[in-house]
Amino acid sequence: MSAAALIEIDNVSKSFDGGRSFAVREASVAVRAGAFVAMVGASGSGKTTTLKTINRLIEPDRGEVRIEGMSVAEIAGPMLRRRIGYVFQGIGLFPHLRISENIGITPQLLGWPPAAIAERTREVLALVGLSAAYLARFPDALSGGERQRVAVARAIAARPRIVLMDEPFGQLDPVTRDAIGSAYRALHDQLGLTTIMVTHDVQEAVLLADQIVVMAAGRVAAHDTPRALMASRADPDVSALMAMPRRQAERVRAVLSDAGNSDG
Amino acid sequence: MDERIADAVRVLPYYLSQHVLLSACALVLAVVLGLPLAVLAVRHPRLRWPLLTAAALIQTIPGLALLALFYPLLLGLSALVAPLVGGSLPALGFLPSVLALTLYAVLPILRNAVAGLSGVNADVIEAANAVGMTRRQRLLRIEAPLAAPVAMAGIRTAAVWTIGGATLSTVVGQTSLGNYIFSGLQTENWLFVLFGCAAAAALALVTDQLLGLVEVGATRRNRRHLLAGLAGLAVGIAAALMPLLWGPARGYVIGAKNFSEQFILAELIAERLEREGATAQLREGLGSAVIFRALASGDIDVYVDYSGTLWTNVMGRHDAPPREAMLRDLSRWLGEHHHVEVLGALGFENAYVLAMRRERASELGVTTIAELARHAPQLSFGSDLEFLSRPEWSALRRAYALDFRFERSYSPTFMYRALAAGDVDVISAFSSDGRIAAQDLLVLEDPRHAIPAYDALILISPRRSADPVLRRALAPLIGAIAVERMREANFMVDRSTNPVAPGEAARFLAGLPGPKPAGPGPP
Repeated sequence: MSAAALIEIDNVSKSFDGGRSFAVREASVAVRAGAFVAMVGASGSGKTTTLKTINRLIEPDRGEVRIEGMSVAEIAGPMLRRRIGYVFQGIGLFPHLRISENIGITPQLLGWPPAAIAERTREVLALVGLSAAYLARFPDALSGGERQRVAVARAIAARPRIVLMDEPFGQLDPVTRDAIGSAYRALHDQLGLTTIMVTHDVQEAVLLADQIVVMAAGRVAAHDTPRALMASRADPDVSALMAMPRRQAERVRAVLSDAGNSDG
Repeated sequence: MDERIADAVRVLPYYLSQHVLLSACALVLAVVLGLPLAVLAVRHPRLRWPLLTAAALIQTIPGLALLALFYPLLLGLSALVAPLVGGSLPALGFLPSVLALTLYAVLPILRNAVAGLSGVNADVIEAANAVGMTRRQRLLRIEAPLAAPVAMAGIRTAAVWTIGGATLSTVVGQTSLGNYIFSGLQTENWLFVLFGCAAAAALALVTDQLLGLVEVGATRRNRRHLLAGLAGLAVGIAAALMPLLWGPARGYVIGAKNFSEQFILAELIAERLEREGATAQLREGLGSAVIFRALASGDIDVYVDYSGTLWTNVMGRHDAPPREAMLRDLSRWLGEHHHVEVLGALGFENAYVLAMRRERASELGVTTIAELARHAPQLSFGSDLEFLSRPEWSALRRAYALDFRFERSYSPTFMYRALAAGDVDVISAFSSDGRIAAQDLLVLEDPRHAIPAYDALILISPRRSADPVLRRALAPLIGAIAVERMREANFMVDRSTNPVAPGEAARFLAGLPGPKPAGPGPP
């Protein structure tokens, strides 16, 4: 695709069993700066594996990932990951560290001065909608939604340009999930981030993302805007998946109008 | 009674400081060894099984055996490295004790640290990687603190084991609270045994509580608990080690085997040296085989051994020449082969003899070993712990075709009890033992001279052979102790009513004022 892409996943393949089967097969995705990309697909379709090749939590067998034209293989893994935010379903707050220490960890690893870390910690905590009273608490004193907000704050604390998310809101109840999803989308726009989010929830993808990558059996089956994918009839797998939000919306509308009729 | 408590309390600071020093060193070494091994085992799953199995295997070796094994191991190692470093490793005392205890303590530390590290939540590990930690940062900042409570519990277990196990180090010549237990067991001073057990238990309890404080501090991330525990440990160790600063200088090291006569003679030698203004310390409870090599290698400076024992065990001879010829050959051979000097004979003999209760012997019409041999298949035999594996026993069996119904080993005290109780019919006794007369035992004659003479000899290590103080101090002892006096002194310690400490018996032998031999003593 265009040379202006910020992240280029170029022909990446990955096998976990020595080549008998491939979790990802010759996948290529280009993401321009500022985009919000959702990766959807069935379980085992290779979404998470593809995502993790970007910050080298997984090394591809073939192909390469480039950020601003530079291969990530040339950057030491820990150094690379300090520049890329990462939020995942497991949340993974450090239980023995206070919220302030959890959020400030990457700036600290990068050698920021303590005063700058403290200021930035307060700032990002406010960005994710939590009060400064949380700073001194330990993770086990927080609710699930609050913990995931802290995880988002930790991911953006060192001012990364790129944030990777792996089923980030999967463990949350639907109301919290919707609220945090919308709040994050606003943050994405406000901070000018580039976000790639893996999700199995197509509706969430349609509502939050500018572009959707559909993966099936380790391959990229489609990559387009939500609107275009929902209208497309080209690939039966893709159209079945993308038809789901529309069908769900129609069913909800039907329920609502039924209720209206019986009331009237 | 009061006197014996006072005796026990008098040596407590020294025993305790040695015990604490040994346990603390072993535990620190075990931590230093165990924690990195745990990290290795967690990072390389292939190493995990072999490491844990090896540690568990060491644990299955009885503590006493592990300590004993380190003696020949260090001797061998010493022979290997001696040309390189120009000196020899001490094979007795602190070094083998600390090594054995360290190996023993590694298992609980390793096992718990592995459990603690493997138990760290996988999401937390992934997050640590994702925020950009290197492996080392992840270990130090995330995994180690999260594994600390479980690892600390392992260190606590190891500390209690080490403090308990350190009592066994007395056997390889390291002073510890075990000195109370082993010498008390030997001299039937049960108060001493109890005192040693109680002191070791109290030490273990206090250490466990302090480490518990550290554990709570680590678990609740409570700095005050953590510091209180660590400070308590530091103060306790420092206080316990104080006596070492102005404790007895090393001075002369006197060895003793594991029976009363040896304790008394070691005390007697110490008393003589102190009268010459020298300082001396005792290494008690050493085995027959260990003690000569300890002397030859300079781990101890002086001890009393018996000509027959050296003749058969050290020289490996099976004949029994007349006394003078044997002493001459022995002295020459020891000097040529080991540079050990025979300073002289004390004047009494402590031979291995076979003894029976007098009425049992007359019942069977037995007065010699040759007559005993005919009845042996119907009789049972009790020996001390080493006699059955000594060459004298094979010599006796060969000479008389001895074959008992069964043979059993006891510590000497219990051997005499077993004979008195009729559990065994014949025992291997020492001819200088006061209990032979006291229990009215019949010593069987040895018409075929299967057992050689056992003159008590003072032996001096190669590095002390030209020492004028030692010679001056010990010269008055040569030829000065008749067997009757030795028996009396032995019986003062071994009798069951009103026994005295070996030091008291030594004062009696030296002709110093002290308690008179009392009770149903030998004539």
